[in-house]
This record gives sequence, C-alpha cells and structure tokens, in this order.
Amino acid sequence: MTTARLFSLESWKRWSWSIVRLTLIVGLSFVILYPILQKISTAIKDKKDLYSPIVVWIPETYSWNNFKQAISIMDYWHTLLNTFSLSLLTTVLTAASCALAGYGFARLKFKGSGLLFAGVILTIMVPPTTILIPIYLNLKDFTLMGIIPLLTGKSVNLLNTYWPFILTSITANSLKAGLYIFIFRQFFRGVPKEVEEAAYIDGAGVVQTFLRIMLPNAVPSIVTVTLFSFVWQWNDSFFTTTYLTSSKVLSTQLSSLPYNLAIFLQDGDASQADPFYLSMVQDTGILLAILPLIVLYLFVQRYFVESIERTGIVG
Amino acid sequence: MRIGWRTRSYAQQKAMWGFLFVLPWLLGFIFFFLLPFLTSFRYSLSTIEANSKGIIVTYAGFANYVNALTVHTSFNRILTESIVNMVVNVPLIIIFSLFLAVLLNQKFLGRSIARSIFFLPVILSSGVIMTLESSSLVQAVNDQAAGSGGLMNSFGAYELARLMMRSGVNETIVLYLTEAVGRIYEIVSQSGVQILIFLAGIQSISPQLYEASKMEGATGYEAFWKITFPMVSPLILVNLVYTIIDSFARNNMTDLIRETGFTTFNFGLSSAMAWIYFASILLILLLSVYIVSKRVFYQE
Repeated sequence: MTTARLFSLESWKRWSWSIVRLTLIVGLSFVILYPILQKISTAIKDKKDLYSPIVVWIPETYSWNNFKQAISIMDYWHTLLNTFSLSLLTTVLTAASCALAGYGFARLKFKGSGLLFAGVILTIMVPPTTILIPIYLNLKDFTLMGIIPLLTGKSVNLLNTYWPFILTSITANSLKAGLYIFIFRQFFRGVPKEVEEAAYIDGAGVVQTFLRIMLPNAVPSIVTVTLFSFVWQWNDSFFTTTYLTSSKVLSTQLSSLPYNLAIFLQDGDASQADPFYLSMVQDTGILLAILPLIVLYLFVQRYFVESIERTGIVG
Repeated sequence: MRIGWRTRSYAQQKAMWGFLFVLPWLLGFIFFFLLPFLTSFRYSLSTIEANSKGIIVTYAGFANYVNALTVHTSFNRILTESIVNMVVNVPLIIIFSLFLAVLLNQKFLGRSIARSIFFLPVILSSGVIMTLESSSLVQAVNDQAAGSGGLMNSFGAYELARLMMRSGVNETIVLYLTEAVGRIYEIVSQSGVQILIFLAGIQSISPQLYEASKMEGATGYEAFWKITFPMVSPLILVNLVYTIIDSFARNNMTDLIRETGFTTFNFGLSSAMAWIYFASILLILLLSVYIVSKRVFYQE
C-alpha cells in the first residue's frame, strides 16, 4: 500500500520535472533560434511588407529581391571564396603550430618551459586592443629585425595582404591561439606515459612518436580547435578590419553593406535612403554570411559534441 | 668534441625537440606579442607624431594617463560601464551555463537536437555578427511589436518582482534577477562555450559516485550539491576566466580604443587607455581567481 503510494508520488515527481524541463528547453531554444527565424522571415519579405501592420512573420508578398541586392552588393561569391580561403589557411596553420607547441609544453619539458607557458597564459589574458597599434605599425613597415631592408633596401608593407594572418598563425599567435595551445596541452597531458615509452622502445624518435602516435589519438582536440579557429576567423572583424583594409572578406563587407547599398540606390547620397530597407538587406546579408557556417555545423556537430568530451578541455 | 646525435640521452633529445616544437610559438610570441606589448607601454608614456618619414616618439610621462582619466569626455564612463557590465554578466553566465549543462546531460527525448541548438551560439554570436545584430533596425521594430503584443509578458515579470519584494527578498537581488530575465538572449548567446566545458566536465564524473549516493538515499538535488558541484568546481574557474576574456571582443571599450588610435591617430592616448583597461581587467581576474580558487575542490 505505502509502496504503491510512494511509487505514484515518485512517478508524479518525475513527470512534472520532465514537463518543466521540456518547457525550459523549448523556451530557451526558441530564444536562441528567434533571431535566425526572424532574419529568414525578413529576408523573404518584400519592401512594402515592412510597413504593413498585419505582416509579422509570414510575408504577404514573397520576393528574392533582398537576396539579389545583398549578393550583388557584397560581391557574395567572390567574398565567400576569399573568406573561405583565408579561414581555411589560418585554421590549418594555427592548428598545426598550436599542436606542436601544445605537445612541446605538455610532454617535452626543457629548461624554462614552465616560464614560457606562463607566457602563453599572458597572451590569453591581454586584450588584443592593447597590442594592436604597435603590431599595426610593425606590419606597416615590416623589417624582420632589419633583414628585409638589407636585402631589398626598404621595408615592406604587409597590410592588405594575407601575410599578417599567415605569419601569426604559423607562429601560433593568431586570434585566440593561446586558448588552442592550452587545449592541446591539456589533451596531451592526459595521454598515458606508457604509450610514449612503448613507442620509444620500439625505436620511434620524438618526432615519429608525435606524428604517428600522438596526433592520430588527438583527433577530438584537433576537431575542437579547428572548428573554433575556423568559426572565429570567419566572424572576426577585429583583426580583419585592421589588417585588410580593402580586400573583400565577409566580415568587412557585412559592416559596410548598408553604406554601399545606399550609394548604389541613391547615387552616393546615403542620407536619402530608407534606413529600414538598408537594415533589411543587411539582415539578409548576415543570413548569407552565417549560412555556410550553419551548413558546416550541421555536418560536424555530432562529432563535435561527442569529441569535446574527450578533448581534455576539462583537464 | 662534437656530441653525436645518437649519443644524446632520450631525456636530452626530448628537451631539445621540446624546444624546437615550441620555437615557432616562441618567435611569434616575441615578435607579435612581447615586443608590441612593451612598445605599447612605451607609447602610452609618450606623445607620438607621425609624418611621412615615420614616427617620432617623445617621452611625456604620465600625461596620456592623466588625459584619459581626467580630460577625455567619455573614457571614464565607458570604462566603468564595460566593467560593471562584465561583473554583472559573469556570475549569471556561469550559473546559467552550469544549470543548462546539468539539464542537457539528463536523458530525454530530442536531447541531441537540444544540444546542437544550445551550441549554436558558439558559431553565431561572435565577432561581426553580434555587433551588427545589436544595431539592426528591423530587429528593433519587431521587438517593439512583440513588446506591445506581449503585455502579459512584462506584466508577469512585474508581478514576479512584486511577489519577491513582498516576501522580503532584498531589492537589489530582485532587480538583478528581473534584469537577467530581460537580458536572457544576451546571456544565452554568450554561454555556448561555457555549457560545452561544463558538459564535458560532468560527463567525466564517474557514474559510480552517483550510484553509491543513490544507494545511500540521496535525492537528485543532494547529488548535485554533493557530487556534481564539487567535481566541476575547477571548471568554474576555467569558465570564469574564459567569460572575462570573451567579454573583450564585445564591448565599447575596445571600440573607443580603436577609434582613438585609428580615427584620430592619437596613438599615445589610445595605448594609455588600453593599458588602463588591461590593468583593471587584470585586477578583476586576479581578485576573482583568488576568491574562487580558495573554494575549488580538487580530487588530489
């Protein structure tokens, strides 16, 4: 008798908790998805629907006009290609250099490596704005400690090329690279020492051990770092607007989209254009910019969510 | 005498390779971090004139700092604003993401879909997209429309606030909570990575602990406070640091520093601002790490 009552109370508790949980998750999911849904709804609206009081979500007249405008003004396909190649380039180089540094810090201890790792932590802590101006001036007259002027007679201006990105990612100092080194270090520290010793006994050198044993095991952390690095580079406007002033990359094109559209519509007179319409096309532009990322995410997300558990982020 | 490759001991080889592995980073660290970092400090103490021949740096003492703190019209306001904003948001983000991580760890229908939705902000809310979203006019109009239609919504929050006030909860806490509800999107969109980290931490707790506690008759609530919370507490520290660092990317301070540097070309003032900002961040980081790390539970 009492057990039956207890059982029913228990099951009642469980049911009510599931309902609360469901409400919370559905509600919060809606909060996250709301801006995307809204952008989709805005993007397929016609211009006159914007002012119609009866149109909230579903437009009265559908039109692809916003997409056409955004694509032509952002020079979308060209920009997309640029962004993609830039992100891919920095991602591959960053992942490689950070994996090397992470393994070095985790397993190959040498005199002063602890001190150097404190340097990694320092790069994480310092806001990028603090070092922005010297880096900018440095890249504008790039001398590589006086070597380049010796060879060619003058310094080179690296701004507006991909070189700043390449140089910083080869040397593991690009956007948030300290974090990636940290992730890799935590992961490699978790690999049992016996694995390495067995490899050594079988005659593998340090490099061979790293390439043939450690890296294949590190796939989860590689996936995590690659995804983070790719996405953050894709969306980054901080370094891209500093290093690339005229090259066409999505993040710079997006911020200047309304202005360019106004020029296109009103022959250069930005004050004449309808700000709501500009904003509408910009929303479409944002949608176009994140679309490739969402497609990418749909493919890797399962792997990503599973792998993060084994990355050793948690130390 | 030359020491041959083979004659080095394994430990020596490892040390040498370790240095080689770290070398690329070290070069980058020196050229793209340490030197700029020190130069920036030097700039902050000087006036800088740029002309066609290059830049002339003349030492000016603390003039730039004094200028930023006492003369500049908006620096103080923006600095306090961005710091207060950070201090307010950080605890909310951490509590919220821990809660969601626990929630997403439970078994229920559609868990994988829910997980992928909750990690979506990792992708969507970074960099330029976040900045543009906050300035979208269409969004603002729609929000207003939703606000007028959702009178019940605001009324509900108001009622809740009144209820809590009546029951003797401190007014600041009530305001804090209701504001948090109002900024739910901001908080959700900033906690993607943190949820990920907490979730990974929760999944590394061995199930035996929960089993044993269940045998002893612990409720889920007790299991959370006695097992989950202590076990993930080191990650609270990690998330704390991450949240603070993450806030660099999206605040007005960064914009102001950039603007001073690149629009008005006052490099000295801009560097001084950046250093004041860095110092205050560092202070907050050290303080919070000190407070939290005392309470963190380590298994060893």
